[in-house]
Amino acid sequence: MQQKHYIFIGVIILAIVAGIFSYPNFYNNGINFLNSKIGWTLPQFPEKPYVLGLDLQGGVQLVYQADLSQATDKSGSMSVLRDVIERRVNMFGVSEPVVQIQGQDRLLVELPGVTNVQQAIQMIGQTPYLEFDEQREDADTQKILDKMKEVQAVQEKGGDISKVKDWTLALQNPYFKPTELTGKYLTKASVAFDQTTFKPEVQLQFNDEGAKLFADITARNIKKPLAIFLDGASIIDTTGDGKIDAEDMYAPIVQDKITGGKAVITGDMSNQTATSIASRLNSGALPVKIGTPISQETVGPTLGMVSLQRSLTAGIYGLIAVAIFMVAVYRLPGFLASIALVIYVAITLALFKLIPVTLTLAGIGGFILSIGMAVDANILIFARMKEEIKAGKGLSQAIDEGFKRAWPSIRDSNFNSLIVCAILFVVATSFIKGFAVTLGLGILVSLFSAIFITRIFLMVFIGNWAEKAKWLL
Amino acid sequence: MFNFTKYSIIYYIFSGVLIIASIAALSLFGLKYGIEFSGGSNMQVDFQDTKPSNDAIQGALNSLNLGQVTIQPTGATGATLQFKGVDEAMHQQILAKLNELATTTEKSFQYIGPSVGQELRNKTQLAILFALLAITGYITYAFRKVSRPVSSWKYGVTSLIALFHNILIPLGVFAILGRFYNVEITIPIIAALLTVLGFSVHDNIVIFDRIRENILRRGMGQFEETVNWSLNQTLGRSISTVFTTLLVLTSLYFLGGETLKYFALALIIGITSGAYSSIFIASPLLVTWYKRNAHKIAKTGKK
Repeated sequence: MQQKHYIFIGVIILAIVAGIFSYPNFYNNGINFLNSKIGWTLPQFPEKPYVLGLDLQGGVQLVYQADLSQATDKSGSMSVLRDVIERRVNMFGVSEPVVQIQGQDRLLVELPGVTNVQQAIQMIGQTPYLEFDEQREDADTQKILDKMKEVQAVQEKGGDISKVKDWTLALQNPYFKPTELTGKYLTKASVAFDQTTFKPEVQLQFNDEGAKLFADITARNIKKPLAIFLDGASIIDTTGDGKIDAEDMYAPIVQDKITGGKAVITGDMSNQTATSIASRLNSGALPVKIGTPISQETVGPTLGMVSLQRSLTAGIYGLIAVAIFMVAVYRLPGFLASIALVIYVAITLALFKLIPVTLTLAGIGGFILSIGMAVDANILIFARMKEEIKAGKGLSQAIDEGFKRAWPSIRDSNFNSLIVCAILFVVATSFIKGFAVTLGLGILVSLFSAIFITRIFLMVFIGNWAEKAKWLL
Repeated sequence: MFNFTKYSIIYYIFSGVLIIASIAALSLFGLKYGIEFSGGSNMQVDFQDTKPSNDAIQGALNSLNLGQVTIQPTGATGATLQFKGVDEAMHQQILAKLNELATTTEKSFQYIGPSVGQELRNKTQLAILFALLAITGYITYAFRKVSRPVSSWKYGVTSLIALFHNILIPLGVFAILGRFYNVEITIPIIAALLTVLGFSVHDNIVIFDRIRENILRRGMGQFEETVNWSLNQTLGRSISTVFTTLLVLTSLYFLGGETLKYFALALIIGITSGAYSSIFIASPLLVTWYKRNAHKIAKTGKK
């Protein structure tokens, strides 16, 4: 055996392993059959599923935009936001959810397999936003009240309120203004009972930074009220009418500067209310507001399945058509190239699993496209080989020349496609990214299969005998 | 040997007509952007028994104040609805209304906020710009050693002209499809067009490469013959490659399902016009350019 034979055997083993890895069903069923018939205990090939995108397996994708206007440490706030939302989403019982920061202020949430979108959005979006507000200066209060009157007057006349100068001022709370202290600095909330009255209360513990802020805020607000809002509403029902509305206002008077970062929310609340407030605060005091999703995509499970099956069918027929064409036009080399193409498919699929690449519909589109393009390198080489044979060169020399001379074109054109893939990957959104990844990976593998694998095949199968059977080439 | 450059004026006119028609279609009809670019909601539903008429659906949704609702039938029992952006509560109300008409299964729902759409448009423009620059740059770089008798940047410029040709024609087709068949420009189609950018350069590179090789082999004289000779040599390969790619794309167009259908169509049109332009436009343009320069040099006696 020569070196080329060893390489050939290596390629075949690689192809078989890649093939079984990418589609283990046949192999494992065969093993099971043998095991049950003959009583062997051959091991099964480990199954690893493909990672499918939401458009193929069904589910919900939500994109939120965080309001970072109040945040000082923007990226820090975002990562806290991500962690909190992640905890919430995990509580939802979704398998493999994705919570990702996109750009500066976007949060992407993917919930595979979830169909109850409403509930999901509620769980994510209605997480409480805790804020501590201090009293405004009287002049400020008057300014806002005046503006409110002005806007109201315009509104009653049916005018456009957005024409009023500084009209957004009228939307603010005239008596309180937000401080820097928000739920972001909260480390823990717990229920405790007052030592003397035995009434339930909610104890808040801030982190170091929050403790410092809280000390500052209490120091400058001694004998003044400090309002606590949860999601823009009072944190507890102070009027005692059983619901929390605009009438309620929980604003205890600060008695002294509080150091150590501990605050207590007291008031006439039931044990149950205290527990629910504490747990809401614990599971997610959002560092910044996110509102409702700015984009949403829901894909039903059947649609994804149908899309997947259809695109795969299209891919298989496409592959068969290309193979037939190659054999018809380039005969024996074409046949070998078709086998290399099948190996190409197996290796690429195996890589999709191994890396893993999240397969979206666009990604599969890119992969199928790459099947058509993968033979381009082979076509270039074979066309060149034919020319060299026509020019009177011997077979092995023609093969060598074919590969050598076609290489610059193959390199330049594929490099060019890779540039486009890279640009798509960097600039574009997730959908196009999936396409760029599969196409780019496809191009790289196709270079390997078209040049390396096909060449080994040609070297092994086309020997001196072929000089007499040139019609095959 | 077929003389490709002899009738180049005819090919220029043919392509010119196509390009003008495309530009006309684009400026008259514009492109119909999908909601991922324009913002809004898109809902795909399947009715269980019989599909209510479009009017019935419109009527049912009237009270919800959705503005303009576009309804398109999909398959025998399905419909795709498009309307302005709505929140989840409104989405549920719409679904409830449809369920009053007939038992409805929702296949997909998409809501894109206006800022997201705008951002995506900007990003897409950026991607296209970068791709064009990178491709021209790369071709100029790849052909830097061949600067005679035609300077290397001219290969880049002719490739760029061919690129515009290959992008404008599918865009024109989609403008017409959008006007008459409601076909929208969606992200997959943009991805397809960007791939056309990369792919159509393949053909140019292969042919230019052969020209480069033949110049090195045969010397610089008779540039026109060299180009023709190169085109004839690469013709078989050009046809084969385009054909195999079209095979998988046709399969994708007919079997690949709704989303990939127009993705495949954009690629089919783009790759076909790419193959055409690399043979009948890009290389002949090199010759025309060369001849013009030679003419000038002969006239003035200077270089």
